[in-house]
Amino acid sequence: MSVYLVQFLSGLASASALFLAASGLSIIFGVTRVVNFAHGSFYMLGAFFGYTFVREVGGGGIGFWFALLLAALAVGLVGLVVELVILRRLYKAPELFQLIATFGVILIVQDVALWAWGAEDLLGPRAPGLTGIVRIFGTPMPVYDLALIAAGPLVLAALWLLFNRTRWGILVRAATEDREMVAALGVNQSLLFTGVFVLGSMLAGLGGAIQLPKGGADLLMDFGILAEMFVVVVVGGMGSILGAFLAAVLISLLNTFGILVWPDGTLVLMFILMAVILVVRPTGLLGRPETAGHKAEAGFETALRPAGPHYKLFIAAVLALLLVLPVLVGEFYLILVIDILVLALFATSLHFLMSTGGLVSFGHAAFYGGGAYAAALLVTYAATPFELALLLAPLGAGLLALVIGWFCVRLSGVYFAMLTLAFAQVAWSIVFQWSDVTNGDDGLLGIWPSAWASGTLVFYFLALVIAVGGIFLIRRVIFAPFGYGLRATRDSTLRAAAIGIDIKRQQLVAFVFAGAMAGLAGALFVFSKGSVFPDEMSIPRSFDALLMVLLGGVESLSGPFVGAAAFTYLHDELITFEYWRLLLGLTIVALVLLFPQGLAGAAKHYLGRYLKLEAEPTGAAVTKREVREA
Amino acid sequence: MLSVEKIHSYYGQAHILTDVSLALSTGEVVVLIGRNGAGKSTTIKSIMGMVKVTEGDISFDGEALRGEPTHRIARRGIGYVPEERRVFTRLTVQENLEAGQQPPREGAPRWRFDDLFDLFPNLAEARHRLAGTLSGGEQQMLTIARTLMGNPGCILLDEPSEGLAPVVVEQIIKVIQQIKAQGLPILLSEQNLYFASLVSDRAYVIETGRIRFSGTMHELEENAEIRQQYLAV
Repeated sequence: MSVYLVQFLSGLASASALFLAASGLSIIFGVTRVVNFAHGSFYMLGAFFGYTFVREVGGGGIGFWFALLLAALAVGLVGLVVELVILRRLYKAPELFQLIATFGVILIVQDVALWAWGAEDLLGPRAPGLTGIVRIFGTPMPVYDLALIAAGPLVLAALWLLFNRTRWGILVRAATEDREMVAALGVNQSLLFTGVFVLGSMLAGLGGAIQLPKGGADLLMDFGILAEMFVVVVVGGMGSILGAFLAAVLISLLNTFGILVWPDGTLVLMFILMAVILVVRPTGLLGRPETAGHKAEAGFETALRPAGPHYKLFIAAVLALLLVLPVLVGEFYLILVIDILVLALFATSLHFLMSTGGLVSFGHAAFYGGGAYAAALLVTYAATPFELALLLAPLGAGLLALVIGWFCVRLSGVYFAMLTLAFAQVAWSIVFQWSDVTNGDDGLLGIWPSAWASGTLVFYFLALVIAVGGIFLIRRVIFAPFGYGLRATRDSTLRAAAIGIDIKRQQLVAFVFAGAMAGLAGALFVFSKGSVFPDEMSIPRSFDALLMVLLGGVESLSGPFVGAAAFTYLHDELITFEYWRLLLGLTIVALVLLFPQGLAGAAKHYLGRYLKLEAEPTGAAVTKREVREA
Repeated sequence: MLSVEKIHSYYGQAHILTDVSLALSTGEVVVLIGRNGAGKSTTIKSIMGMVKVTEGDISFDGEALRGEPTHRIARRGIGYVPEERRVFTRLTVQENLEAGQQPPREGAPRWRFDDLFDLFPNLAEARHRLAGTLSGGEQQMLTIARTLMGNPGCILLDEPSEGLAPVVVEQIIKVIQQIKAQGLPILLSEQNLYFASLVSDRAYVIETGRIRFSGTMHELEENAEIRQQYLAV
């Protein structure tokens, strides 16, 4: 019996750090509407700073806690810099730019931490005076765990006082509901946003610091905690601090007991819990529905139009260039272009989901990797011929998308995004943990095309035909009635429903189609490389796709292609440097700040005035350009 | 004291206001009247810096407002009561009022909690209730009270009677008259000529983003042609 009690207390202890970090994420999102992906990095920094400060000033009982607070303050300072330098310029940009910018911050922090603290895992210092062990009915338990158990409710109480008993807190809560109105009452929003961001960062830092004696500090903490934080925030309900606390406790208990029952399946258990809660209560335990009421003016979005004459010429020229490319360049570049083609198809499928469907997925790599694994497993276990595997892979990925999409389309906006991320993480952990079948981290090797297609030249043309064919198919769907209906659903679910569109079904079909196309790209990938590893399904890979879409520009249909090319080029150039993540992160942040429309979007914007890049509008639809000319 | 001169406003690329000018002086209630979509709210939002104004001037007590961020415009003394109420539904009545609090302003009436609870007895009773649980009329009262907590030098009141029962509209008329009695000028936007005539001294008629008529309330009531052309439904 006492074993379970200690296990229970240990669960509560690990809930504290998770709660601190997640509450910060929740508060930041509530007010600024920024999903801060770098929040995991702030947590990690908290641990590293804590490690250093405890060594420098941490002598004695008071010094230790003082050092942890100092670590939280230091992370708050980092948050301040991130907010002032990057996010402040992006509040009016589409949400995605903020996501990508914070993703850039993740990369930067990873390399800075590597540079400052080295690659070795750091063993956490012990808290003076709390190093012992207490016996609970005979079962030993670290005393520090008791301190951790107390820390969660203490911080919860402090936050409650802050938000309910101070004017600042009242203004923050008001801004969570209606930012513009708060400004109209004379409150400086920028100041409020900065304050909230710093507070949230400090909480993440404190969370990372207080778990030091238990978990130490290492470079994998950022992504490690990120998925868990998302689950906590989504399960608890966006913006609800008490909800975050309950969810953190629930998840941590599930983890500690799950480990007794099903040691390999803890990650999966957590996400299953989340899926169940979200299907029953789409806004989380204590969350409230998103108020669609008073958003700040989003500005007019340019309507998607079929290609105009100049643009068609341009596409034809690019295609012609791709056709004669083998004559112009050597094998090395041909392989590089195959990579670009594969990624372009992958990115285009995500772009379709995002721009036409209005469904931002954070876990699209599940289907890319899903397709790759489907093909690889078929070849490995069923000796499926290459041609058939190539055909079945998108079906497999589509099936996976059907299952995942069935849950996800019940949600919208940021909940949808987080649920896709969660499911992608489940898919990844299954592939990673189920090593009997998937070979786990060692991957599946020796997945090559048939003899006729194994030469680089033939495979290049095959990839060209499939990738370009896939992209044209996606384009065709965008301008088909199905695509119009999907766009209507994106722009106003209520109005679309009122004219008889089955919204959930429409979105599910789009999700499955996008998943299948990503799977096709994944199958191409596995046959071009001959192997596949769980990385292809991981969160960073999903971000790569988002990055490509954004590099190219969300509003431009050729964006993903440009984005994939730019990404591949950047990646290839930077990977040779020791601190390539830092450079990539800085590049991402710079691109987001300089080209908020993406590369292709910017080109279209500047060239569109002189060239006919879009077809003339038919009918009486009044769009941006006519209004400007009128 | 509040003057709007020849402003042009845009929503994104759509040109909404053309050459709109108006003025509001101490102690008067001025109505901006027009049909749905005529540009009333856009005019008010332009003054508040919530809509892009590309040409023209806006000033209050001689200080230029155009191009300033919204919160600074509010701090200069422009009190804004939005249409559709926009109370903070998850805050209590008391907290809503606290959110509106700003330091007292020279030359403007000063409002304390007790003054407002005198003016709006319903709110005093509902002090600790969540604003989201109030009736539409009570929410409208709360938005007015919340704006008064900022001790403004003038008030922009955007369609306060919209969607409210006649008995509530009567209360709002009383409140407007009491605020006016304190010497606080009010720019009222309204569709209903009768409501406007009960509280206003002067009127501007707006239609498709242009001011079509300006004069005293009496002149507007006498001018059947203007009424027919721009206000008849």
